[in-house]
Amino acid sequence: MKLSNLGKIAAGILIFVVLITFLFWYGKGKTFPQLALSLDTPAIAQLKDKRCVEDTKFMRANHMKLLVTWREAAVRNGNRLYSATDGRIFEARLSGTCLKCHSNKQQFCDRCHNYVGAKPNCFSCHIIPAEVRK
Amino acid sequence: MTPSRRDFLKIAGISTLSLVAPTIISPVWAKEKLTVPGGKFLTAKRWGMAIDASKCPVGCVDCITACHGEHNVPDIGNPKDEVKWIWQEKFPAVFPHESHPYLRESQAQLKLPVMCNQCANPPCVRVCPTKSTFQRQDGIVMMDYHRCIGCRLCMAACPYGARSMNYRDPLPFIAKLNPDFPTRTKGVVEKCNFCEERLVRGLQPACVEACREKALIFGDMENPRSEIRLLIENRFNLRRRANLGTQPQIYYIV
Repeated sequence: MKLSNLGKIAAGILIFVVLITFLFWYGKGKTFPQLALSLDTPAIAQLKDKRCVEDTKFMRANHMKLLVTWREAAVRNGNRLYSATDGRIFEARLSGTCLKCHSNKQQFCDRCHNYVGAKPNCFSCHIIPAEVRK
Repeated sequence: MTPSRRDFLKIAGISTLSLVAPTIISPVWAKEKLTVPGGKFLTAKRWGMAIDASKCPVGCVDCITACHGEHNVPDIGNPKDEVKWIWQEKFPAVFPHESHPYLRESQAQLKLPVMCNQCANPPCVRVCPTKSTFQRQDGIVMMDYHRCIGCRLCMAACPYGARSMNYRDPLPFIAKLNPDFPTRTKGVVEKCNFCEERLVRGLQPACVEACREKALIFGDMENPRSEIRLLIENRFNLRRRANLGTQPQIYYIV
């Protein structure tokens, strides 16, 4: 196999690499307005140490993975208790644990989900009290 | 440029390798890092239920009301779309092989509560293509609604008709929502779960608790001193269509 058109191939590869990494370098350095997620609920106001199950950064990035892990543990293995990294024990429940504090679904869950276009189907079965649903 | 046979084989080989390699090497970043501390099983136990239908007062539906209220079972009101976890059938329908045309009238008209038999050898588990229906170590045949694709193979496999399909969105048909238990959604099959969510809270199943006549007895079949074992050892009992080999764990005292 002769590589007579090495230049063209190199240029092609370069364009390919630039395009495929587009998403990684395009938005770099730009600032995006932070979504205002409301933590103003009675349950959170009563908390002395305002800390979610895990720390905020982890929860923001991985709450869906945590919920899937909870789901597998609770439904398939019958293990409904989750011990957080700081030793606190939580009941692995979406409506009983998560939504007890975050009782403002529209100002918390939905705001981010709508922004990124995520359509989680959790809430089609895990019903939420009427006052939370509005 | 026409590649030689040798070059062609080289390219084909490298392409195949690049397709296969990721699954063999399995990159570190693809591994799930979240773990939950090991599951606690109720080992060497098998939940079962004995039903003494002679104690059932005529017209009493307390167990059904309690169960369907607890589990957000919709009342759609037409037999085609009906969803049921526990319901009543007459003796000849419950025990087709044990009945004949000369049954005592009272027995032929006797209504028995029927539900999922929580088989020890469950055909629904065997046919489920997604392992949505599975058997727990304590014998409970349970459903993971998240995985159900609504193929209804389990409904075809179940010889007791204990499974119901949600042909339509059940939410508008639930009279009073119990926020402690999820509803189901359109397109999933559902059935009795032996109140597994109550067992973890240390409560008896809702139907057992609701029965004023103590006609339903729930307990551990593997424990020779349990109330249910003593009861079924002393009283003659039948299991529904036991000849099919499903080993149902609901024992009817007749």
